Order: sequence, then C-alpha cells, then structure tokens
Amino acid sequence: MLGTAIGIAAWGLITGVAMGKSGLPLPLMAFMSLVVFAGSAQLAVLPLMASGAPVWVVWATALCVNLRFVIFSAAWRPYFLPYPMGTRLRLAYFTADLNYVLFMRRFPDPRPAPEQLPYFWGGVALNWTSWQLPSLIGIFLADAVPVHWGIGFAGTLALLGIALSLLNDKATAVAGAVAGCAAVAAYAMPYKLNIVVAIAAAVAMGLLIDHSTPKKAPLPVDDKT
Amino acid sequence: MTMGTFEGVIAIVGLTVLTVATRGFFFLTRREIPIPDWLSKGLRYAPLAAMAAVVLPEVVLLQGQLIQTWMDARLYAVVAGAAYFWWRRDILGTILSGMAVLLPLKLGLGW
Repeated sequence: MLGTAIGIAAWGLITGVAMGKSGLPLPLMAFMSLVVFAGSAQLAVLPLMASGAPVWVVWATALCVNLRFVIFSAAWRPYFLPYPMGTRLRLAYFTADLNYVLFMRRFPDPRPAPEQLPYFWGGVALNWTSWQLPSLIGIFLADAVPVHWGIGFAGTLALLGIALSLLNDKATAVAGAVAGCAAVAAYAMPYKLNIVVAIAAAVAMGLLIDHSTPKKAPLPVDDKT
Repeated sequence: MTMGTFEGVIAIVGLTVLTVATRGFFFLTRREIPIPDWLSKGLRYAPLAAMAAVVLPEVVLLQGQLIQTWMDARLYAVVAGAAYFWWRRDILGTILSGMAVLLPLKLGLGW
C-alpha cells in the first residue's frame, strides 16, 4: 500500500503543478483539487477553463473522461447496494481508479461482506490524503517542482506494479495486452476516450477467450451410498 | 480570457456532481438495472484493462506519437520495474527500481 501511495503522490504533485501553471486563480485551483477529486478530468478541463470555454463544454469533457467510472460502478453494484443512500453517495465520491482495482483484487466474489467497508475506507483515506497533499503543494509551489526529472513516471510505475499483480491467468494477460495496444492505437481520441475503448476491447477479448475455452468438466461425484 | 471566479466555482461544483454521478452510476439507484450476465462476467477483465490502458501509452508514446528510438529512459525503467516486481512482488520496490533506472538515464544521458 505504501508503494501505491507514493505513486499516487507523484501523480498528485504533477497534476497540482499543471493546475498551478494554468493561469487560473490558485485558491480556485485548490478548491477544485479538494472537491472534484478526479485527476484526469481536472487535467482535461484546465485548458478549457483557462481559455474561458462555456461551462457546459467543461462538464461534457469531464463526463467523457469519467466514463470509465460508469463501467466500474457496474462492478461495484453488488457490493454496495445494501447500504443506505447517504453511505452510497459517500462511497461513490471516493471510488477512485486505484481503490477499485485493489478492492476487486481483495474481494473477487461479488457479494457484500462486513469487512469490505473498513477495507474500503482505509484505502480511500490513504488514497485521498496521498493525492491531496502533493496536489496542493504542486498548485502553490508549481515553479519549485522539477517536473523535467520525470517524477510523474513514479505514478506509471505504481500502476505497472498493480497491473502485474492482476495477471491471474492467460486470459487476463491477453486481455490486458489488448487493452494496452488499443489504448495506444486510439490515443488520438479526445477526452481520454482511448481508455474506454481499451476497456471495451479487453472485455470483448476476455469474453471471447472464456467462450472458446472448453469448461473443465465438473469433478465426478464419488457417491458410494 | 479565462473563467471568472464565480463561473469557475459553478463549473467546479458541477464537476464534483459529475464525479459522484459517474462513479456511482450503477449503484446509487436501487432500481433493477438489467446488467446482462455476459457483461458482469466480462467486467472481471476491466481492472487490468484500465491499468494497462494508462500505462502503455505513458511508456511508448511521446506527445501522442509512437517513439522511434531505443534511447528512451522510460523503456528501461519499465523493464527494471517489471523485473523487480516478478522477483519480489512489491510495488514500492517496483517504483524505486524503475526510478533508479529512469533518473540517471534521463538526467545523465538526456534519454
């Protein structure tokens, strides 16, 4: 978890620097970081806000960048549905990418269990803090951070480690490779839609593999009664 | 000209609503949402796909173009990080070993 937190922190810092250099008022940027809590969407709308684009364009852009969360939320549903609305709203706010990935790795069985919420809140508390602190530092000390060192790559390396930890079998490996290639091929799409394309391609490939792999015959029941 | 503060606050409040609405899309309502069986099965591939979709472009693209050289520090950093992960299965070490390769190549050789 410490490694993941460092990766998040590196990304938060870089995102903060980008916000600090955007030309928008720094207090507004700090407010944005603290309440919006969606790094990719923030980076996507910065140039729009800086150039005075209409508010609806800002929102439409963020919606596109956040589309992957809609896919993730379908996976969250069986775990979270029993909780009251207020809890679900809070859960929704904090379910960032990494918490999703780590949670699904920890609880692969899609049904609610009492130990899930403590695990979730512990994870998001660390995630939120290790994102927000460096992000605020980046916003207010944008010029003092040596971005050209490639610090942001620490975030990529953290994701690399998490991706490798998710390689369970050949099917996930192939689907992951398809996702990576699709994301590169579709990179020119606006609003980071290449991520959505990549997930769709990987899910399709995974299903294809599931269908074409013969199911293991159920273990013979040795009933001697 | 940039957004004024008032407009900026409106935009940001809307963005916060979008964060909650997209992340909770399928579980904020208890209404029956028909999620087909194949989709819920296929979703098991989504976490790794999302990670791979972020990582690979960060490694092989430079300003949206596929890199045309082997003299790119990121390639060796990823190999080092991945090798460390296979050895120890530890994410902190993955970051540290990757950065230990990246920084000298980038700052020393300008790769």
